[in-house]
Parts: sequence; C-alpha cells; structure tokens
Amino acid sequence: MSVELCGLKLAHPVINGSGTFDAIAARRAFGEAVDAEFPFAAYVSKTITLQARRGNPPPRLWEAPGGLVNSIGLPNRGLAGYIAEDLPELATLPVPVITNVMGSTAAEIAELVEACDARAEISAVELNVSCPNVNTGLDIGADPRQLEKVVRAVRPRIGKPLIVKLTPNAADVVACALAAETGGADAVSLINTLRALALEPVPRSGPSAPSSSRPWLGAGTGGLSGPAIRPVALAQVAAVAARVGIPTIGMGGVCSAAHARDLLDVGARLVAVGTESFRDPTAGAKIARELGFPLSPSPTPARPDAHEGEAPCRA
Amino acid sequence: MSQAPFARRLLRITGMDELGAYRVLRIADPGGPEPEPGQFAMLAAAEHWGGGEDERPYLARAFSIARWREGEVHYLMEDVGPGTRRLCELRAGEEVWVLGPLGQGFAVPEDGRRALLVGGGVGIAPLAIWQDVLASEATVLLGFRDGPRAKGAALLRGARIATDDGSVGHHGPVTDLLVEDLERGAHATVYTCGPPRMLEAVRAMCAARGVPAQLALEAEMACGFGACYGCVVPRRGGGYLRVCVDGPVIDGAELEHIDAHAGAPA
Repeated sequence: MSVELCGLKLAHPVINGSGTFDAIAARRAFGEAVDAEFPFAAYVSKTITLQARRGNPPPRLWEAPGGLVNSIGLPNRGLAGYIAEDLPELATLPVPVITNVMGSTAAEIAELVEACDARAEISAVELNVSCPNVNTGLDIGADPRQLEKVVRAVRPRIGKPLIVKLTPNAADVVACALAAETGGADAVSLINTLRALALEPVPRSGPSAPSSSRPWLGAGTGGLSGPAIRPVALAQVAAVAARVGIPTIGMGGVCSAAHARDLLDVGARLVAVGTESFRDPTAGAKIARELGFPLSPSPTPARPDAHEGEAPCRA
Repeated sequence: MSQAPFARRLLRITGMDELGAYRVLRIADPGGPEPEPGQFAMLAAAEHWGGGEDERPYLARAFSIARWREGEVHYLMEDVGPGTRRLCELRAGEEVWVLGPLGQGFAVPEDGRRALLVGGGVGIAPLAIWQDVLASEATVLLGFRDGPRAKGAALLRGARIATDDGSVGHHGPVTDLLVEDLERGAHATVYTCGPPRMLEAVRAMCAARGVPAQLALEAEMACGFGACYGCVVPRRGGGYLRVCVDGPVIDGAELEHIDAHAGAPA
C-alpha cells in the first residue's frame, strides 16, 4: 500500500509542513531513532531563499487559544549554504526530500528552482508564495494574475514536480489555486498560516487601565497555526480540491488521524502535519499508523531523476 | 549530551512537594536516560491541558531538570500562568507527557577553577542537579524575591541567600554576593540560571572580570528540539542561537546582551 504524488511513490500520505520539523536538529536531539521511525513519507525543508537570512528579532512566538502565532522570518543559510551544508545530510534521510523555496521576483524564484532541479538529492520543489512582491508589496500568492505569471515563468526551469504552497490570506483562494494550475504547477499545498497579531501584555489594574498597542512579536504580525485554524483549512482544502485537476496537499491544525481523514475525505491527496509536531515529534508517524499505513518509510525512496522527461502530473 | 527517546512519553507522578512558594514535581522514569545537568524537558499534563485562562495552555512547557535519582526526575515549578498552574495542580498518581532530556548541559570547570553557582528564583533548578554531580564543593549564591520563595534554597546545600525584601539573608540582589565572592577569588567558573535581568547582570560582571560563565537560558519555546526556531537569543557577532538545541546552557562569551523580555510562556 503506498501513495503517489506526481510520480513520487510515498509509503503513506503524511508529510510535514515546511518549517515545522528540522530533521537535522531532530537527529541531534533524538539520535538514530529519527531515521528508524521517520514520521513523514517525504521531508519538506524549511523555506530556502537565495541569500542567507538570520530571521526576525525575538519574541517570535505567542501562544494563542488552541494554537500558536509565530513570526520566525524564514531563517536559513541561503541557497548555496543549503546545498553545501544541509542537503548532504538531508539526502541520507529514508524518505524523498522536497525543498521549499521563496523568492521575491520571478527571476529569483527561477534561480532557486533551477538549482534544486540540478540536485539529485531533491525530489520535488515547493514554492512558498507568501512573499511580498518587491514592486507591489502584495503577496505574490494572494494575486491570481501575478501568481499565474510567476509559476508560468519558472515552470520551464524545472523538470521535477513543482508544488505551489498557497497562502490563505487571499480574497479568493480557489482563484489562486486555479492560477497556479494554469501556470503549470503539478500540485498545490494549503493552508499556510493565517496572518495574526498579538499585543504586548500589560498588567491590568482595572477595567479602565490602558491596554497596550505595541505588537508582542519582534516583526509585528505573525501567522496563526494549530487546531484553531483547522476548520478554516478544511474549508479551503475542500474548495480547492473540488476545483483543481492537480493533487492537493492539505494541512492546518492536524493533530490526529481523524483530522487527517477529514482532509483526505474532502479531496486532499496528502496531508501535512505542522504545529502538532512541536508538541509531539512523532505525531506524523502516529497519524499515518492510525490511518492504516505501515510506519516504515518507503524502502526505496523515489529516485530523484525518475521524473525527467515525464509530463507534468495532472492526475 | 544525553539523547531523548524519540517520542513524548506518558509518565506517572510520584509526588508534588511544597517548597515554600514553589513545588517540586517528582516523576517516575524507570529506564529513562540519565540527564546531564542543565538539560531540560517539555512537560504537559496528560489531561485538561487547555481550557484554562484564555483557553490555554496549548504548548508543552520547558523545565530544567532539578534532580535525578535512579528512576525519578524532579522539576521545580512556580505557578505563574495557565501552564504552570495546571502542572502545579497535579498530584501523585496522575500522568504527564514528557519529552526529554533535551539540549546542552553544563561543562565542568577548566584550569582548576572552582565552581560558583549563582541562581535566581525558580531558576535555581538546574544548579541543584549540577551541585549533585560536581566533583568538588561549589560555592552557591541564590537570590529570591521574598521569604516564601527563599525556602527554595533548601534544594541546594550550603547556599548564601539574598532576598529583594531583606526577609532572609542579604538584603539586595544576588549579584552583590557575586561581586563580594569574586573579589575574594576570581579563579572560578560561574554557572548561572535565573530571571533575564539577573542573568544579564551576571553575564556582564563575569565578562568584565574575564571569568568564564555558563548561562542556562530560558526562552519562549514551542518544541524544545530545534523545529520551531522560536527560542532564539542574539549571538555575539551576529545571527541567533536556538536556546533549545544550542543551549539551554550557553557560554557567556557567545552571547550579546540578554533582553529583559526573554522568558517562557507561563
């Protein structure tokens, strides 16, 4: 029993949300057990950008009712550092590696996906389009016309499966999904975090005490994840899966096999576990097992060059 | 570094002891790995985790390991918010989720330096297990807000105490005792844990005197194993360190100024 995504054969339908599981750090903390019982059927890297980023100033976290607001700021070594330092270690994981990339122009994104296409260790690329366009200031992924243009521009630069990670902070997420598909995406993944704000707590001496209007998070706003967003995720995944012809990867607040089943039932091909892995690093494995899939990772990770020359997956 | 089992584990509470304003949570962990002093674990109550103030807590909470006896791990806690409140309510026989031991612990003093332990408030916890395993007798200086909290000093042996309100020991910050002690002899390595303002004062004093300092830091932390990138502190020379995997014990020379805001969700 296995699952297929755009030619990638996966042991089960549970992967990780980008930026919610650091396989390299997990090996340091937990040792060989991470590989022996790897919780995901594919490993999605955190977002890689062309230049290294140190990330946002702390505080970066705010605990919300049933969730978490984060403002991490995509810290990463940059493309060259990722390829030189992280990728050799990620390549030894027992599952295929999907590299998530973000750029602020089509040219930047093209450079990123081309570099990933050239690496045999990378099986697929996920585009993070929750990035403001340097000219318009609007998130690339929030504007269907812009999104289609960007995907169309980078599509010829990559032979491997190209997944577009949609932003939920858009007026019409279905239109964005259709734009990604029209531009040539092989799959869409959703939802990313919902834009959120937390204010600095102030001691309140009474009902008339002044409240703070200073943002708590170092970068101002952040993104909400966790169980609080699950019904939103379910609605958006259902709406998108009903309209696009390409596979959908559903995520948002999944904590159990029942939540994963809901997303699969409304049409998702795969589900991703994100914030729940913070509470339990083996959550993905437990969910896969409860869905009825064997825990053991795919014995033969899909060969990264297996997709060359194949038509983009439209199934 | 002691590696943690790769899964949170459901473990049984053997006791919840009062220690002045604090509680000592004792958890049975038969066959669990022996932690290194300075390491921590992520704790969450097995039941009713959530639904408190503002529908919190949601995330597990990070606690330094205060003591390890064959098969039993101790944690020091203070009720300061919905997470710690729920944990403080727990009693023997109830269960907690435990992920750990995690992070980098203390390193032994080099060059024949003596160990000088400086703790503040609930932050004295990792110094207790460190005193247990240090080969030679350590100097122990502990600071507390008031008398009920100063009772926490019983966790360590032979402590000199300072209190903010003067009810026990020296009336003033524990750093007064540190200055006095370093003037008697600076051939020491300082091991410290406590509130951010105290840590910053200790860091700056040690840096000014060329005394090595190992700081056990606290930070807002969602996961404890390097996944969330939420618990960062600025690294001297640029960039950030993750408290959970690069620490929680970090050499003072690697740190910039410690922000007074640093802390954990309560």
